[in-house]
Amino acid sequence: MTNESIILAGLAGVLFSAAPIVFAVIGETISERAGVINLSMNGTILLSAMGGFAVSLGTGSLMLGFVAGAAIGALVALVVAFASITLKQSQVAVGFVLTLLCRDLSYFLGNPIMGATGPRLPQLVVPGLAQVPILGPLFFQQDIMTYLSFAIVILAWIFIFKTNAGLELRGIGEKPAASYVRGSKVEGLRYLYVAVGGALAGIAGPMYSLSVKAGWKGTISGLDGIGWIALAITIFGGWNPIRAALGAWLFAFLQWLGLVLQPSLPGIPSQVLQVAPFPLMILTLLLVNVGNAEWVERSLARLPEKARKRAAKLLRSMRATPPAALGTPFEKD
Amino acid sequence: MSHDRPTRSGAGRLSRSGAGRLSRFAFDAGGIVLAFVLTTLVLVAAKAPPLQAFYNIVLGAAGNWDVAANVIVSWVPLVLATSGLLITFTVGLWNIGIEGQIILGGVFSTWALRSFEHSSLDPALILSIAVVAGMAGGALWAMLAGALKTFGGVNEIFGGLGLNFVATAINLWLIFGPWKRPGVASMSGTLPFDPKLWLPTLTPESRLAPASVVIAIVAIVAVFALVQGTYFGLRLKAVGRNPKAAYVLGVKTWQHMMAAFALCGLFAGLAGSMQVLAVYHRLIPSISSGYGYLGLMVAMLVNYSVPLAAPVALFFAALNVGSIQLPIVLRLDSSLAGVLQGSLVLLVLLAKGAKERLLGKAAK
Repeated sequence: MTNESIILAGLAGVLFSAAPIVFAVIGETISERAGVINLSMNGTILLSAMGGFAVSLGTGSLMLGFVAGAAIGALVALVVAFASITLKQSQVAVGFVLTLLCRDLSYFLGNPIMGATGPRLPQLVVPGLAQVPILGPLFFQQDIMTYLSFAIVILAWIFIFKTNAGLELRGIGEKPAASYVRGSKVEGLRYLYVAVGGALAGIAGPMYSLSVKAGWKGTISGLDGIGWIALAITIFGGWNPIRAALGAWLFAFLQWLGLVLQPSLPGIPSQVLQVAPFPLMILTLLLVNVGNAEWVERSLARLPEKARKRAAKLLRSMRATPPAALGTPFEKD
Repeated sequence: MSHDRPTRSGAGRLSRSGAGRLSRFAFDAGGIVLAFVLTTLVLVAAKAPPLQAFYNIVLGAAGNWDVAANVIVSWVPLVLATSGLLITFTVGLWNIGIEGQIILGGVFSTWALRSFEHSSLDPALILSIAVVAGMAGGALWAMLAGALKTFGGVNEIFGGLGLNFVATAINLWLIFGPWKRPGVASMSGTLPFDPKLWLPTLTPESRLAPASVVIAIVAIVAVFALVQGTYFGLRLKAVGRNPKAAYVLGVKTWQHMMAAFALCGLFAGLAGSMQVLAVYHRLIPSISSGYGYLGLMVAMLVNYSVPLAAPVALFFAALNVGSIQLPIVLRLDSSLAGVLQGSLVLLVLLAKGAKERLLGKAAK
């Protein structure tokens, strides 16, 4: 293989391994746009990975594995919705509990199928397009779920920003009282979007256990932590599907880079390079959020006019502001 | 991003009638019963004998003196972590970065021991330095999350999560890099310290160091005194209930949040320090062992009440230790302990919500 084709294969692998994170991040973005943080992401992905793998192993059907994963994700999300929307409990608290509960459930119930060899999602080469230089190997020699990960980004973006239903979705997350007055069924819609978001995150699970990291290996499946990453990328993405997907690809790219650079950095153990994206993630979260901090505005005000405008513009371009009603329950009166 | 701040329930504050109290109790008890029902259903789904499984957990936690001592060994870091978290919860913060703070406590304690291991100082003095270093390490890491929150506008949940991963990386880098065992680095951690630098245990074979138990008891009592008996504690509560109102009334909001982070970090660092000095006698990759996250669960289950935290932490520690033998005896995964702990916290939380919804806000 030439150098060029090795790099192309690596980058195609980045898109492939980022695909489940894309699904999870889009799911969380939809849920948070509706005003509900689903903090259970890490447990959802583990439980749906185990459940999806178990169903596919039992039935021999890949399709049913993904359906099971989506159902598990939606179910967990509905518990978050019920606790926070109907029972008015803290979303963060119930989400955190579910994170740990689902993780332990996946390890406990998955014990008998640990290490089993199950079905695996086949590669699906797009005839014709796959032969296009550079673009072919990058985009058109993937599997079906990776293609869907591209599609879901665009569909979610169109839905959120270009449709009436998307406008309503943004409304119930920004100003639920105003939406209610205009006739939106705020609580019902929040249930719906939290469930849809959870189902998308639930699809991420089988994408690992049936494709990216095929199989179920319990605590050494290497999936513990991915849900937390997805939550951080959702913020990085500023609740915009395209920016969120870019975050997921950037994360996967950095992890790949860590592996590639490993041989030339013998002093650094591989475990360290695996977590290398995290300091960068914190730094970007800082850049994305620092514009919202009060002291920044105060110190900007002291700068001369020209410098202030330039600095403010720079901060605004990076800044992400969460949906105004994120995390708060909706009271009709 | 904003999220609901935990509020302490003033049970019986408004409605003191016997019937009201009884139905409120029924909800709490119902949550606990349902948690056991759910766990039993999980066991049935896994085709395991539920009674035998529960019985084995009891045996594994209280069957003989050795396992009972192990429960106490596991209770120490859990109650230390919970003590710290009760302070951050009081001020309305979700200090999910506590795992990293425990790790840094272990790292700093190891660093202190390594620095003075071959000096002529008295072992008791070296151990004391290591404890202080561990506390400083935890506080430092917590204040980093605090600084990201107060100056950078980064929500403490996401800042803390990121810092947890960074702390893990620092720990692994030290174990596999600068502090690796002579010859080959391994997942079993750094080279064990000279036994004269181990916290003295009850018997030579035991892992139970009385000093660490005393430290844990002092910690939870100190937090109780701080939250319930000082003006500082009162101001923390004011910030936790309503930061804007507290600020208007002259309470320095961010300074109190920062102080809460630092205090929580001290306790978390102490937990990591105890794991190094009393339990493992070296630095290992999983030095925090998930005690930080478990501490969050304990704090939620007791609804942020300090007096209840110690016994509930003991129960959670017993579940963890009791389930260790499950894979060998019943071929069940030991994560059953986590399933029961998670079910308890979830269903008690849901029961609390149901209670408030059905009995009205007065039942809060």
